[in-house]
Amino acid sequence: MARVVVDVMPKPEILDPQGKAVTGALARLGFAGISVRQGKRFELELDGEITEERLAEVRRAAETLLANTVIETFDVRVEEPELAEADDAEADEEDEAEPADEAELAKQAG
Amino acid sequence: MGPKIGVVTFPGSLDDQDALRAIQLCGAEPVSLWHGSDTLDGVAAVILPGGFSYGDYLRCGAISRFAPVMAEVIKAAEAGMPVLGICNGFQILCEAHLLPGALIRNDVRVFVCKDQDLRIESVDTTWTSDFRVGQVVNLVLKNGEGGYVADEDTLRRLEGDGQVIFRYVNGNPNGSFHDIAGICNERGNVVGLMPHPEHNVDGLTGPTQDGRPFFSSVSNFLSSKV
Repeated sequence: MARVVVDVMPKPEILDPQGKAVTGALARLGFAGISVRQGKRFELELDGEITEERLAEVRRAAETLLANTVIETFDVRVEEPELAEADDAEADEEDEAEPADEAELAKQAG
Repeated sequence: MGPKIGVVTFPGSLDDQDALRAIQLCGAEPVSLWHGSDTLDGVAAVILPGGFSYGDYLRCGAISRFAPVMAEVIKAAEAGMPVLGICNGFQILCEAHLLPGALIRNDVRVFVCKDQDLRIESVDTTWTSDFRVGQVVNLVLKNGEGGYVADEDTLRRLEGDGQVIFRYVNGNPNGSFHDIAGICNERGNVVGLMPHPEHNVDGLTGPTQDGRPFFSSVSNFLSSKV
């Protein structure tokens, strides 16, 4: 099992009303000087090994359905399993740390 | 009975019944078509109605465009059959590449629902021959993603070849490039527009009856062909 990520973004020249709405909301919340463009992220779980042919197939899928290339661009990338595992390990450490924090918080609250 | 005109019902179509009724009121024979079917049941023209097919998931019209019946619609359209896409139907035609460009979220970022003035820019299509060039009509407009966009080359080609069929007048409601409300393909048999002619065919429920010429145009075209 391998994971491929497809990021889809509106082309720069295309108005992005959602991004504009988020930009406005951030400014109202005091997050100044931030401009947002909003896209989509697709996580594809592929059976078997990732080969060049498989990736070409994913690109075809992205071009056919996931993105409308009239208004959007897309980017296909393989999510490295080592990195993913490292992320998981980190997450586990955080998970383990949490109960202590909660206990600390409970103590403070009590 | 006049010529048979089909209306495709997708999961999430809303205006299929109004389109069927408009066809009947204007003297043709309405035929209900199903998205999962692989036949057009012998109709002479097809309407893709408004609504939120497949919940507008992914992009408006992106999933409907691959419904089984669309393979037949695309084949028929390429062979010259009159096809009209209204609102969500227009979005589906763009996703299917039967019409150029795309529809994106309204620049005003709200759903727009109003009686909209349009100018008829071309009567050289199977769906607009009963209008006059320059005529201003008023039709119901109701959508969240009606902003027509296309690259500069496409816009130049559309304008140059007379493929801009309807233009918003008295205000652009959604940020459409060049105030475009509707376009046709090069041949003029495939037309898409955001406003809803099928809601403007009956004095009881519509503010105008300006939608009737759409249905009479195609009926006359098909009758004269037989």
